[in-house]
Amino acid sequence: MKILSRIYIALIVLFLYAPIAVMVVFSFNSSSSVWVLEGFSTRWYEGLGNDTAMLNALKHTVIVAVLSAIISTVLGTAAAVGINAIRRKFSKKIIMSVTQIPMMNADIVTGISLMLLFIFFGKLIGLNESLGFGTVLIAHITFNLPYVILSVMPRLQQTDSHLAEAALDLGCPPLKAFFKVILPSISTGIITGFIMAFTLSLDDFVISYFTCGHYQTLPIVIFNMTKKSVKPDTYALSTLIFISVFVLMVLYNVLQTKSEKKHAS
Amino acid sequence: MKKIHALLLTLIISLSVLLTGCGYQYKELNLRANYDKSLQGTTLTVYNWGEYISDGADGTIDVNKEFEKLTGIKVKYLTFESNETMYSQIKSGGISYDIIIPSDYMIERLRNENMLSKIDTSKLSNYDLIEDKYKNLFFDPNNEYSVPYNVGLVGIIYNEKLTGKDIKHSWDVLWDEKYKDMALNFSNPRDAFMTAQMLLGQDLNTLNKADWDAAAELLKQGKSNLQSYVMDEIFGKMETGEASVAPYYAGDYLTMLDTNPDLRFFYPQEGTNIFVDSVCIPKNAKNYDAAIKYINFLLEPDISTANAECLGYASPNTAVINNKDYCYYQNEILYPDESTLPKVQYYHDIDNEIRTYYETLWTKVKAY
Repeated sequence: MKILSRIYIALIVLFLYAPIAVMVVFSFNSSSSVWVLEGFSTRWYEGLGNDTAMLNALKHTVIVAVLSAIISTVLGTAAAVGINAIRRKFSKKIIMSVTQIPMMNADIVTGISLMLLFIFFGKLIGLNESLGFGTVLIAHITFNLPYVILSVMPRLQQTDSHLAEAALDLGCPPLKAFFKVILPSISTGIITGFIMAFTLSLDDFVISYFTCGHYQTLPIVIFNMTKKSVKPDTYALSTLIFISVFVLMVLYNVLQTKSEKKHAS
Repeated sequence: MKKIHALLLTLIISLSVLLTGCGYQYKELNLRANYDKSLQGTTLTVYNWGEYISDGADGTIDVNKEFEKLTGIKVKYLTFESNETMYSQIKSGGISYDIIIPSDYMIERLRNENMLSKIDTSKLSNYDLIEDKYKNLFFDPNNEYSVPYNVGLVGIIYNEKLTGKDIKHSWDVLWDEKYKDMALNFSNPRDAFMTAQMLLGQDLNTLNKADWDAAAELLKQGKSNLQSYVMDEIFGKMETGEASVAPYYAGDYLTMLDTNPDLRFFYPQEGTNIFVDSVCIPKNAKNYDAAIKYINFLLEPDISTANAECLGYASPNTAVINNKDYCYYQNEILYPDESTLPKVQYYHDIDNEIRTYYETLWTKVKAY
């Protein structure tokens, strides 16, 4: 039985990671063919440095990911604290569902509706060109928010609400009590929320596609290469992105297990 | 010792690949026109196909960077993946571009919908380099709205080892049982219908529904003979010998030839499809003067040659065609002799009703 379950696990891992492994292998292929392996070379990685269009897009992606992750983490944490403080159970439930619906919503619906909103609002205030950096950032913050709230909420529920009350009783001003007592106990939730938001924003295609205007992010630029066949430098770049996301996810899991241990002890 | 050998071998292989790569090497740029810095500090937004310009990879010319250096104009370079995406982006409003590079039929549509600015070709000192046969085309009869950038022709690629040298130079090979399960066809309706329409001797832009029905019937008949309908997968299937005959663009054949030297190419006797991608300025462009400068810069012999080598398709620019250093100089595939080339036909912007009609037919062909 044990062997069977191991084989099962191995198969699942194989299916999940085989495509990525193939891509990593081909990113080191010396020929420009994307089908025949010829030899080892790092030329595609070196070539990336010269590809200004791709680097520019990478810059855009990173800027949007970092900013949207930071902003949505701050907003999301504040929202979670607020929702947690609601006394009436019913309204609390309703508000939680309302914040979670955007997460379940199809990306394409979110993307198109945001685009419409931006263009409509832009026309309203007399802008000819409304889509750009600002709109893609707002869009990313929008779809990141529920994830942050969702990862902060459980931590808040686990912390003892009497702790903050005790601090207040001892004469601590409310804001200070929040930073000194509540924030440290929910910090792992905040960090996991941040990482989730960052990775989601990093690889978003659909929503960015509709809202980015001139501010094209990396997934869009890669998609646009399809008139001619995809070149291995895209594989190299995708490999790099995969590695960075992978590192972040490992970090996320390590943090989570750490915090679970903390709570258990 | 063995390790060192292996290492050396890898090094040699990777070096030789680097050296054989086709790429117009960067020398001092020779320019025909004068470029001043009168528009320094302004921004030019260029909207082009992905991978459709020489971008400085492997020591080639970085066209946008050179233009920035020369004029002080900042180039915002953006890409799209199909004419339709570009069209919907412009149509949706909310975004403006100064330069776009659509294909022939899309230019026709944009012009009909009054979405293009006129280009004053007298301001383009390099316009005389454009070959005459690419002027006054159907989508721009008076050369008012577009400047040709790139030209492509569809032909048939075959693997000599698998098919033998004796092959009929006709679209019929896709229906020929000799190549059963080894033939490929396009997976997008317009191109797939084209192969059947050519065989039937139709006008590619026919408005007669019976013509489309007949072409669909022919496609259905040939379906069992095909291995599959493909687009990009054709590179792999032809390079590895998984398929033996397939229709595709001449420029891409040359790319595949690098990997598989057994591949050959011909233009079918019934005629074939040609496309021209041209530079246009949309009506809502913000930096018209910079756009004119940019178009003139794209026409520069050195810049055009670098782009032509990077794209691998044919150039409409005589300075490229006559450049002896150009790696496809007098290439018979890209620049076939006019007298031997069968009749070519363009795709026109086809009536909406007909488009829906053949798309429905296509779904039926695919489900057949």
